[in-house]
Amino acid sequence: MAWVTQTLSSSLGRKVIMSLTGLFLSSFLIVHVAGNLQLFKSDDGRAFNEYTYFMTHNPLIITISYLLYTSILVHALMSVVLTRHNQASRPVKYAYGRPEANSTWSSRNMGILGTVLFLFIVIHMRTFWYEMHFGSVPMAEYDGKQYKDLYAVVQEAFAQWWYVLLYVVSMVALGYHLVHGFQSGFQSLGIRHKKYTPIIEFLGTFVFAILIPALFAAMPIYVFLQVHGII
Amino acid sequence: MKITLKVWRQKNSNTPGKLVEYQLDNISPDMSFLEMFDVLNGELTKKGEEIIAFDHDCREGICGSCSMYINGRAHGPQTGSTTCQLHMRSFNDGDTIIVEPWRARAFPVIKDLMVDRTAFDRVAQAGGYISVNTGSAPDANEIPVPREIADTAMDAAQCIACGACVAACKNASAMLYVAAKVSHFAVLPQGQAERTMRAERMVAQMDAEGFGACSFTGACSVECPKSISLDHIARLNREYLGAKLTSNNLQG
Repeated sequence: MAWVTQTLSSSLGRKVIMSLTGLFLSSFLIVHVAGNLQLFKSDDGRAFNEYTYFMTHNPLIITISYLLYTSILVHALMSVVLTRHNQASRPVKYAYGRPEANSTWSSRNMGILGTVLFLFIVIHMRTFWYEMHFGSVPMAEYDGKQYKDLYAVVQEAFAQWWYVLLYVVSMVALGYHLVHGFQSGFQSLGIRHKKYTPIIEFLGTFVFAILIPALFAAMPIYVFLQVHGII
Repeated sequence: MKITLKVWRQKNSNTPGKLVEYQLDNISPDMSFLEMFDVLNGELTKKGEEIIAFDHDCREGICGSCSMYINGRAHGPQTGSTTCQLHMRSFNDGDTIIVEPWRARAFPVIKDLMVDRTAFDRVAQAGGYISVNTGSAPDANEIPVPREIADTAMDAAQCIACGACVAACKNASAMLYVAAKVSHFAVLPQGQAERTMRAERMVAQMDAEGFGACSFTGACSVECPKSISLDHIARLNREYLGAKLTSNNLQG
């Protein structure tokens, strides 16, 4: 198995790990944003609570969720390994540089954007995932069946303006992270072709970097406005 | 033209260097950047000071020697050019120009603006070749190569191993260089015999030399004097992964 460890610890292999975990996390965003669209239903959170019940009880979803947690950790840890390696590759820095002349800001700052996203994920999971699994969540009853009322937790969290702001800023970071990360992930796998690269770039920019973060950011704003009776 | 130069002066690889300022008053806008350095070195010689060491050879944009990081960019503000192809008319009268050597762990400074780029030679020796019979030249068109393939190989073969890709990359990665060398042979029929071994060995040597990983910022391709495309980096990734998954080499 020496070839496996050697391949995965090469500079290209490490990027493959970043790519596979990153693209898997990107695919999760589609599921997450689609499911959370239930928040926009005006049914006092019933659809959302039934959806969260499904997501926390379906064995397939539970299995994939562990893969997801692992991917987040591997993606983050590997980025630290790569960043340290890359920084060591230039021990003496340039006195003067004009990187903006040849590359985009997001492509050069994936580590900073990723750190913002990692902190966001920790806060996000503490607020919702931890409360759902280990906290005390009020119960709601639909058709005689008891459900954890995560919707109430959502309303409580998003009633605070600073918490909404944190989410919106984090989603901007997500957009910048994905505008480079999504298409870069395919590059690391060697997938670059006249026919498919324009499609990948379109999806990476308009779906993953704009549409999905915008929908996510709309959720706390919508709940905030609703809780405060503005809409 | 009046120019203020801030040039990196470093005695040798073991001594720390620093930027030293020089004033030049009689610079013609038609001088190349290297000729401007010749004028400066002439003045330093007259004053009995040590001249600035810099690499140069062909002065027509093909040897890849003239490594200078000028005002924060490899080979200066022009794209698709080497330092010798850069002229003083690209600057304004009274400008301050900062000149530094390539910065990379794999390219240690020898003196002033000269760096040791033999790391590239060792990467090339690891697999950047094909095995052919010596003797008389083979007949033209003996091996059919479609035009599109020949063009792709030629685009990659344009690499002059100048190291601008490494210098421009935020990670000091040599991916564009290695990609150009691997691509050049991987697409041609003549390169098939060593194809798998080449990708494995060249990447292993690239890593051993201490170059960084690819973040796909695209800076390398923008600063490359031969404008080598990022397509080749994708091909290198493909070649390497394919080689690793299919070769009989179990040792790594």
